Amino acid sequence: MGIQLECKNAALGYESGIVVKDLNFIVSEGDYLCILGENGSGKSTLVRALLGLKPQISGEIQFHEIGKNQIGYLPQQTLVQRDFPASVREIVQSGCLNRCGLRPFFNQEEKKLASDMMEKLEITHLAKRCYRELSGGQQQRVLLARALCAAQKMLLLDEPVTGLDPKAMNEMYELIARLNREDNITVIMVSHDMNAAVKYASHILHIGGRQLFFGTKTDYLRSKVGQAFLEASGAGGEES
Amino acid sequence: MTDMSLLDTLIYYFKYPFVQYAMIVGLLIALCSSLLGVTLVLKRFSFIGDGLSHVAFGAMAISGVVGLTNDMLIVLPVTVISAVLLLRTGQNTKIKGDAAVAMISVGALAMGYLLMNLFPKSSNISSDVCSTLFGSTSILTLTLPEVWLCVIMALIVIAVFLIFYHKIFAVTFDENFANATGVNAGGYNLLIAIITALIIVLAMNLVGSLLISALIIFPALSAMRVFKSFRSVIICSAVISVICAATGIILSILFSTPVGSTIVAADILIFFIFCVISSVTARRKLA
Repeated sequence: MGIQLECKNAALGYESGIVVKDLNFIVSEGDYLCILGENGSGKSTLVRALLGLKPQISGEIQFHEIGKNQIGYLPQQTLVQRDFPASVREIVQSGCLNRCGLRPFFNQEEKKLASDMMEKLEITHLAKRCYRELSGGQQQRVLLARALCAAQKMLLLDEPVTGLDPKAMNEMYELIARLNREDNITVIMVSHDMNAAVKYASHILHIGGRQLFFGTKTDYLRSKVGQAFLEASGAGGEES
Repeated sequence: MTDMSLLDTLIYYFKYPFVQYAMIVGLLIALCSSLLGVTLVLKRFSFIGDGLSHVAFGAMAISGVVGLTNDMLIVLPVTVISAVLLLRTGQNTKIKGDAAVAMISVGALAMGYLLMNLFPKSSNISSDVCSTLFGSTSILTLTLPEVWLCVIMALIVIAVFLIFYHKIFAVTFDENFANATGVNAGGYNLLIAIITALIIVLAMNLVGSLLISALIIFPALSAMRVFKSFRSVIICSAVISVICAATGIILSILFSTPVGSTIVAADILIFFIFCVISSVTARRKLA
């Protein structure tokens, strides 16, 4: 199992100050890392740093085998997207854009990639539908397909189930788990859903201004931080 | 008047080059503004047209005071710079999008009017101001070089739009994702800002400062009521805009109404028709 991402003593933040520090963790191929933390703990800052949008203040963030911009990113939905007139196919294809360079149009290979990804996520029948008319769960699948078009080794999911009903939420989690298991895609998921983290993740990174815990799920459930968080979030100990 | 005499009048007028010029320039401007309109509306920048045209108005006043014969030398750069500042994606800016547009818009309008009053060019200021705000007869007094300038600028805008169509889509739909996957979103935003400014400066002759927003937003909003994919929305909006501009110009010649407001009236009419169509189809789907 090759190491794909290595974070050494990284501190992240803005001009106004450090948001999160002492980050030391590694992500290997096929891992399912869940990043936990409360609001304002530095999760979104970490996401921006991993995507290369915000350089770290100190320390190192290194990628191995994965080039810059080769992370499939599933962002949180924005207000603009809710009523955006675009077909599912157009959105999925836009994930191929980083392969185009300066070429103005998509080639056959990229169109096929988009079709394959829609097939994989079972949204081919929606290809011509308008994005704004889909349900929350379907919209997330579309964005996930787009992310897979952009990169197939690592997915970075930012609160992927926000706003979904319990059924759609479960389907989304199962889908992500399947991609991780069957296609060996490394998954990094930002969440505050303790239940899902405990159920699906292989590793946990818990942050809150600094790194509180990093390690495998089993170790996390035994740790003080883990147990405190588990109690506070009222999650049952299905796995403990 | 009978129909025949209307047609005769039209044919009579279209023999004059100035009417032909007005038509060519009008259609090109309508086409360009509708192409960008979709992106601007979706990016929640519907009012940028208004804001920038007021900036252009202010810049015109300045160039009048300075005494430049060709006011484009000041108007164009000033407008482009303001567009860049307004559309800049900085989420950390102290004044947010709509407030920034409103501030620059009314600020430039006030300063422009103030300058025009302090240093009057002609004795009739209010008619000067009125023609800049509501589109003057200058669309009917275009010279051949001006028409060529307009044609070239319009071709540039259309070419840029076609070449970067997919990038513009990606940046409009999801800037964060585009950035994360290595698409230079900032650069494309800059490009959008610059061609927006170009179109607005061009369009000022046609409909005037106050009505430019109509040219940008109405075709886009109409198309978005009915069509469901980005490409069909863009195409439909371009078609609507060109048809409305043509109708508006012809009607304004026939009934000697102001060109700008006649075009906008046609756009508004189409918008209501499309609203009805969309609610009818929505009801049919439910049934």
